[in-house]
Amino acid sequence: MSNSILEMRSITKTFPGVVALDKVTLTVERGEIHAICGENGAGKSTLMKVLSGVYPFGTYSGDIVFENNIKKFSNIRDSEAEGIVIIHQELALSPYLSIAENIFLGNEIKTFGLIDWNKTNQEAAKLMARVGLEENPVTAIKDIGVGKQQLVEIAKALSKRVKLLILDEPTAALNDEDSAHLLDLLRHLKGQGITSIIISHKLNEIEAVADTTTIIRDGNAIESLHMKQDSVSQERIIKGMVGREMENRYPARNPEIGEEILRVEHWNAYHPIDRNRIVVDDISMNVRRGEIVGLAGIMGAGRTEFARSLFGHSYGTNITGKVFKSGKEIKVKTISEAIDNGLAYATEDRKRYGLNLIEDIKRNISLASLKSFVSMGLVNNNEEFKKASEYRDSMNIKAPSVLSITGQLSGGNQQKVVLSKWINVNPDVLILDEPTRGIDVGAKYEIYLIIQRLAAEGKGIIVISSELPELLGICDRIYAIAEGRITGEVLRKDATPELLMKYMTMEKGRS
Amino acid sequence: MSAFIERSKGFFDSIGDRLQGVNLRQNGIFLALIALVLFFAATTPNAASITPTNFSNLVVQNGYILVLAIGMVMVIIAGHIDLSVGSVAAFIGGVAGILTVRPLEQDGWDWLPALPWWAGIIGAILVGAIVGVWQGFWVAYVGIPAFIVTLAGMLLFRGMALLTLQNSNIGPFPDEFRAIGNGFLDKEKNFNALIGFPIDYNLTALVVTALGVVVLWIAVLRQRSGKIKYGQIVEPRTWFYIKNIILSAMVLYVGFQLSQANGIPITLIVLAVLIGAYTVVMNRTPFGRYIYAIGGNLHAAVLSGIDVRKVNFWLFVNMGALAALSGVLIAARMNSAVPKAGDGFELDAISSVFIGGAAVQGGVGTVTGSMIGGLIQGVLANGMNLNSVGIDIQMTIKGLVLLLAVAFDVWSKRRK
Repeated sequence: MSNSILEMRSITKTFPGVVALDKVTLTVERGEIHAICGENGAGKSTLMKVLSGVYPFGTYSGDIVFENNIKKFSNIRDSEAEGIVIIHQELALSPYLSIAENIFLGNEIKTFGLIDWNKTNQEAAKLMARVGLEENPVTAIKDIGVGKQQLVEIAKALSKRVKLLILDEPTAALNDEDSAHLLDLLRHLKGQGITSIIISHKLNEIEAVADTTTIIRDGNAIESLHMKQDSVSQERIIKGMVGREMENRYPARNPEIGEEILRVEHWNAYHPIDRNRIVVDDISMNVRRGEIVGLAGIMGAGRTEFARSLFGHSYGTNITGKVFKSGKEIKVKTISEAIDNGLAYATEDRKRYGLNLIEDIKRNISLASLKSFVSMGLVNNNEEFKKASEYRDSMNIKAPSVLSITGQLSGGNQQKVVLSKWINVNPDVLILDEPTRGIDVGAKYEIYLIIQRLAAEGKGIIVISSELPELLGICDRIYAIAEGRITGEVLRKDATPELLMKYMTMEKGRS
Repeated sequence: MSAFIERSKGFFDSIGDRLQGVNLRQNGIFLALIALVLFFAATTPNAASITPTNFSNLVVQNGYILVLAIGMVMVIIAGHIDLSVGSVAAFIGGVAGILTVRPLEQDGWDWLPALPWWAGIIGAILVGAIVGVWQGFWVAYVGIPAFIVTLAGMLLFRGMALLTLQNSNIGPFPDEFRAIGNGFLDKEKNFNALIGFPIDYNLTALVVTALGVVVLWIAVLRQRSGKIKYGQIVEPRTWFYIKNIILSAMVLYVGFQLSQANGIPITLIVLAVLIGAYTVVMNRTPFGRYIYAIGGNLHAAVLSGIDVRKVNFWLFVNMGALAALSGVLIAARMNSAVPKAGDGFELDAISSVFIGGAAVQGGVGTVTGSMIGGLIQGVLANGMNLNSVGIDIQMTIKGLVLLLAVAFDVWSKRRK
């Protein structure tokens, strides 16, 4: 009893018509790293919102026992006062304020009512040292990378004397290196007596760092696994999450690869603001019909930048190079030109760049191909509805109708809407940037099937992904990119994570 | 959320199912408008608010605001704003005056003959479009926020209005020109005389109203049957008929009232055509769809291959042309082009749009909603005038109505 820092007893939380949490019980031991796993919509985030007071006492039933006392939080401030700090997936930092200002935002160090800047920066530097962040405390948040921003959030939590740190998908936006650093930090904090709860889709990370893993499925706490004692494997966790054994995370396939459909030669692009900085450095690559080609690289290596500069010059300046489709040179200077020439690009950030979240499924699917629904200057709304409904069925988009607002769909279903949108422009080459980011295991499998189906139809597919197993699982050929250059090309049969990682971390002048 | 789909069907869901396809927000402000009309019918002395003449006045007094609101809702859906429309209307009033009445002698343009009324109107609208080209250029191609460009335009075109009018007035306008703001269809009841219809009711007005109702039914029935053919969810049949019968009854009632006054105002015909045309533009043309897409998520629109700059540019050209038409209506109604015309109209147009359900962040809004929003303001002002409410109280109430309408919107969204 006294050994546990937190007990959530029989927590039930309902929304109109939905039971989001059904008598969930969660016990977190003092000083452990406790992972929570579950598919999207299983209730993980709801549970954390109950814990942190976002859903105040009285809106749920059951008890929260923190350090052996029943707590009744009515807002986040209450839970923070007890030392429970939650760091959300979307970081809550103000981009134009400095690191130090962000750390002490809402919690300023004052003397006689005025902010003591010297002390603020000094204290910030101490906290930054604790999380291993080597930056000047007065640097603006917008000038540091996402990985470092994540560390600022943790430093901010430490400034609040955190006892229980909750991280919601902390590594979703991080590359492998930053992720590793973050996980090290969690272990380090554990040594200092700070308990952590980590919500993650990345099972290898959980396997590496967690002491206990609680699996939530459909609003129920299914089981808690002691990682070390029971030597729990990733397959074991997946089994708990989906309620069945998933033998193969990547569907099997017999690729039928045809002639070359896209060739890029000596492609260069420079940073849009810092115009002397080369971002895409002399990339040459090709894709053939029916082939799935992967682009591997750590974040910032230039994968997305390459894809976007290729797709209608939508990123970068001073772009040079040649693009050939089926042997004929094509122009891709504007996005509509690129689309007309058979290119499609599904963005890595579907909420910001991919979808109009306040609009329905139908209009999102038709947006890039609206002209195909026009006769005599007018859009045929009924044909549009019919087409969208066909996609809803063929892509298995779970929504009552195509008039449902996309913002209300789960990540996996949103991604299917994005894919439908681009499939409907009838492209020859589809560039899919992080097609399964933030999507649960079941939906990922469906996305892979869709990708394979498109390849089987004779399209060329380029997949950009930060998850090496994913690239190894679905691609026929993988290019590794580092610092804007292609540093290696590996066939499926030769590809290993180690080899790819070697190419991905290859620095200039060593190739 | 997958839970959103998987939830079990309870009592409230079955009500929800029955109401599926019913646009509560849009119907809500419509009901508010009806309630307002009924309220003033009950409170104004001798039910003055629902007399034939008052209906007629309501239309011609609010027509120019509604024309502005049509352009404004498009601008706002795309995520911009236009503060200059009142000044542009005044400037174009002056231009119309110079074109149709007389060039100003002191400018040395007195050798130029006055144009026929129709050429004057076309010319004025063209100049308005050029104003739109100017503003659209800065917004779309230079990338200056519309707030700044049109704030500058507000001063700039007020100055141009003073310049063109040499700080005085131009008038009177030719009768045909005046008719667009002040005239009526067959005011002399020639049609009555032709077939010997009782002189108490303007027959042309009755016929046009009836035609309007027929067109309305054809449109809604065609839309419904098309949707059913494609297996879409439609409003429940009873609700559909009740709604459209009520709507037709109201149109017939207004037409009947107008037939007892001077007949149908030309302004109303102009408005009806514009509302119909722009509803089609917004819902059925790629241009309209792109406007919603740009306002909903600019990045996604860009990456979908939409030429955002082009859409923004034409949006402001369109706004300029509509502001010009509004200026023509104002000059025609006052029978004089004055430099102070249209003062503050941009704010009336903007509030109409927001009362009508548009979102400040863009991406949401309808032409018909804005028209209802404009009418709510018009009926409110008119009813308060008839009740001899002072301008002090009127402004206070108008402000509160705008605030509460948007607050209701925010609140109802949050409940969802």
